[in-house]
Amino acid sequence: MLEAKDLRVEFGGRGGRRARAVDGVNLSVGAGEIVALVGESGCGKTTLARTLLGLERPTSGQVSYDGTPLSYTGRRLRAFRRQVQLVLQDPMGSLNPRQTVYEAVAEGPRIHGVPDEESVVASALSRAGLRPPERFFLRYPHELSGGQRQRVVIAGALALNPKVLIADEPVASLDASVRGEILSLLLRLRDDLGLSALVVTHDLGLAWNIADRVAVMYLGRMVESGPTVDVLTNPQHPYTRALLSVLPESPERIILTGEPPDPTRIPTRRPLHPRCQLVAAGHGTDACTSVSLPILPATPTSQVACHLVP
Amino acid sequence: MLELDELSVTYRIESGDVPAVRGVSLSLGAGEAVGLAGESGSGKSSVALALLRLLPRSARVAGRVLLDGEDVLAMKWGRLRSVRWSSASIVFQGAQHGLNPVQRIGVQIAEPLLVHRLASPDKARDRVRELLEQVGLPAWRSRSYPHELSGGQRQRVMIAMALACSPQLIIADEPTTALDLMVQAQVLTLIRQLIADHGISLLMISHDLSVLADVCDRLAVMYAGRLVEAGPSSGDFRHPYSQALAAAFPTVGDPASRLAPRGLAGDPPDPQRLPGGCAFHPRCPVALESCSTVDVELRAAGLDRTAACVLVGD
Amino acid sequence: MSTLTWVRRRRAISRFWADFRTHRAGMAGLVILAVAVVLALIAPLFIDSGVTNVVSGTGAKMAPPSLDDPLGTDESGRSVLLMIWWGSRTSLLIGFLAALLSMVIGTVLGIAAGHFRRWTGAIILGITDWFLVLPSLVTALVLAALLGGSTATIIVAIGVTSWPSTARLIRAQTLAVEARPYIERSLALGAGHWHITTRHVLPNVAPLLLASTTLEVASAIVTESTLAFLGVSANKTSWGTMLRGSYDWGAATAGAWWYILLPGLCIVVVVMAFTLCGRALETVLNPRLRTRAA
Repeated sequence: MLEAKDLRVEFGGRGGRRARAVDGVNLSVGAGEIVALVGESGCGKTTLARTLLGLERPTSGQVSYDGTPLSYTGRRLRAFRRQVQLVLQDPMGSLNPRQTVYEAVAEGPRIHGVPDEESVVASALSRAGLRPPERFFLRYPHELSGGQRQRVVIAGALALNPKVLIADEPVASLDASVRGEILSLLLRLRDDLGLSALVVTHDLGLAWNIADRVAVMYLGRMVESGPTVDVLTNPQHPYTRALLSVLPESPERIILTGEPPDPTRIPTRRPLHPRCQLVAAGHGTDACTSVSLPILPATPTSQVACHLVP
Repeated sequence: MLELDELSVTYRIESGDVPAVRGVSLSLGAGEAVGLAGESGSGKSSVALALLRLLPRSARVAGRVLLDGEDVLAMKWGRLRSVRWSSASIVFQGAQHGLNPVQRIGVQIAEPLLVHRLASPDKARDRVRELLEQVGLPAWRSRSYPHELSGGQRQRVMIAMALACSPQLIIADEPTTALDLMVQAQVLTLIRQLIADHGISLLMISHDLSVLADVCDRLAVMYAGRLVEAGPSSGDFRHPYSQALAAAFPTVGDPASRLAPRGLAGDPPDPQRLPGGCAFHPRCPVALESCSTVDVELRAAGLDRTAACVLVGD
Repeated sequence: MSTLTWVRRRRAISRFWADFRTHRAGMAGLVILAVAVVLALIAPLFIDSGVTNVVSGTGAKMAPPSLDDPLGTDESGRSVLLMIWWGSRTSLLIGFLAALLSMVIGTVLGIAAGHFRRWTGAIILGITDWFLVLPSLVTALVLAALLGGSTATIIVAIGVTSWPSTARLIRAQTLAVEARPYIERSLALGAGHWHITTRHVLPNVAPLLLASTTLEVASAIVTESTLAFLGVSANKTSWGTMLRGSYDWGAATAGAWWYILLPGLCIVVVVMAFTLCGRALETVLNPRLRTRAA
């Protein structure tokens, strides 16, 4: 449904250097599936999500929806927006504090001139789990709890009846006990409405909870992707292995030294090698420091981008 | 070496009194690491600040905080100042609280040393270098400003600051929130190693039970200003809230949590409008009729464990 | 549905009023302003424009205050009191309209400069800066002289030279508002430029604008008086013109203090009232901006 082909997104950094936030990515989100985009901060996952939404223009490559490439002009972009919607991390910031819940949810339908606004808003709020919806119409965001606010944001996205939802850290700023509800909501939307979702997160537990597929990013590239159960229980790429190993339950800890480097100074073409635990342990080959890896295609089966994995 | 005896904190605001902490009793031995878990509104940060009397004037504190036998809450100002940082120090969330953006970090780390007159300026510089090394930062970093450091590095600086006066107790308030997984692991390893090397007691506060279980020997869970469970970090939780909190962070690889996110309905309660009886009952999956009227104290719930639930114990 | 929103709005307004009432200085300013405006409005009921007619002056020339003419007379025997009263209409009118013009231009350009990045924004900002640096009084003087000193042209002259500082202020606020996540959400929902600027930026900028406008009126009145004093205004009746008259006719040397002092005093009092009011507005509205914008 939503697909990114050979996507590259660059920003002009300080001093004229270009920061490659997304460095060649193929990703696709099929109908009725939840894909988790996992990585640390700075890996480009948020930029990728925003580019898929059309909020950012790629330097090269293309984003396409339902087979048609995205056009960034007027009406067609508007039509696209009705199909693909956004849920941001911070529900308090995502809502205009001066707007009531009704106005916040009605904003989308109003922009697109959807008739029968009130029933659209009421139905969106109910689908998001705020029942009875009328009780919430006149509330302001600061009067609601974190979980309720996030539901309002989701309702705002649902009001346009999208086919794809892109959620950037949807539960990161919510209390732990409230996470379950919001995640269950996303699952239910998939089951009941056939909604696809791309969930950007650094939380592997979240991916385990709700994702059908997982894609792991590092420094703008996809390093591994595949069905959740495969990738998270039997990771192939050293980076994925390291990420999983630092989770509290895992028996063995592989802690990578240092931190993700500055995107304007990516170490040659194989970005992980300075931190890769296999290289550190002496298992690396010459290829690791010199040969760049191909960009993984966007297929549903497992893929790994590593010289040391056959 | 640290003992909390019925600690209560009430904030006074325009709309009335907010009982953030309602009678918490906890004890911490020398060299022991205890984790305090809870969500927003549980009162855990208030407990941390109360330990060193860092709460605002509008807060009323009751109970006792015994640091090596001495009640911090009853200390005179001079004694309190000497205790602060030299006996017990706090590691805040690095990005937000503790770092002055216009001072170099070397100066900031040295500050407690100079304030407590534990070192001359020259000796302080050596100590700063030593501390930076202990936390894994190169010595030249002492000339950097906070904005030049990454989140993980800033957190290490906060830890270095906390260690400056060689305290016996460190209170870490959400030290790894907002950090990446990998960096979080690095910081936790560092903390574990430091408290082991120097025999420091640790009180770590977080909303992430798995992080706490990793570092601490014992865990205490707070809800609506009270302790609802306390016990060793290994071993299962008995209180329904602790269980729900633990379930919210699923174990990757566990088929039971696959496509089955677990959480609680409702939201953490507003301290000004606490439900009657057991504060947790509106959200409790196994609440009984009596739970809405009868409040529960901590009671024995297995090996070295206490939980505040009628369904626990006999 | 919309009636309920009005209920909320009314509640918000009464909250605002309750806050504003606690500022004594602001209330004092407001009261003075209310009195001035009311007096200006009801003036035609008591006097007519003929009072400015040079020929109709009934009193002795440059006479000190007496029972007949409580504030004395000017060089043509016209009552200073009546002149001030009638003149208030002009001064206040020009002040309000010029400030309004300045605000409109400033807001539109400020929001545009903040909303449109790259070329458009840069160009607008450049123009703003150029106007900002231009000495406003001199420019207003030149404009007024070129266009003729009628009320309309004075208003235009003042409005056109005082908008840049507003524009900069509004632009800064626009940038701040647009950095917030809900703007991005709006974009994702499909909003266009018009929607974002009118439904999100403008309401958030409005409180600042209100306070700024109030202060701008004060400034406009002073500028108008200055222009009139400098002789550019063709207006016969404003306070500035009276001051000019007092200057022209040597009121100082003649000892006719009432002619110099009283119009000047009016200007000072009204300007101060506006300033107090404006400052109080800022304090009442700003903390709310800060706490609401969480």
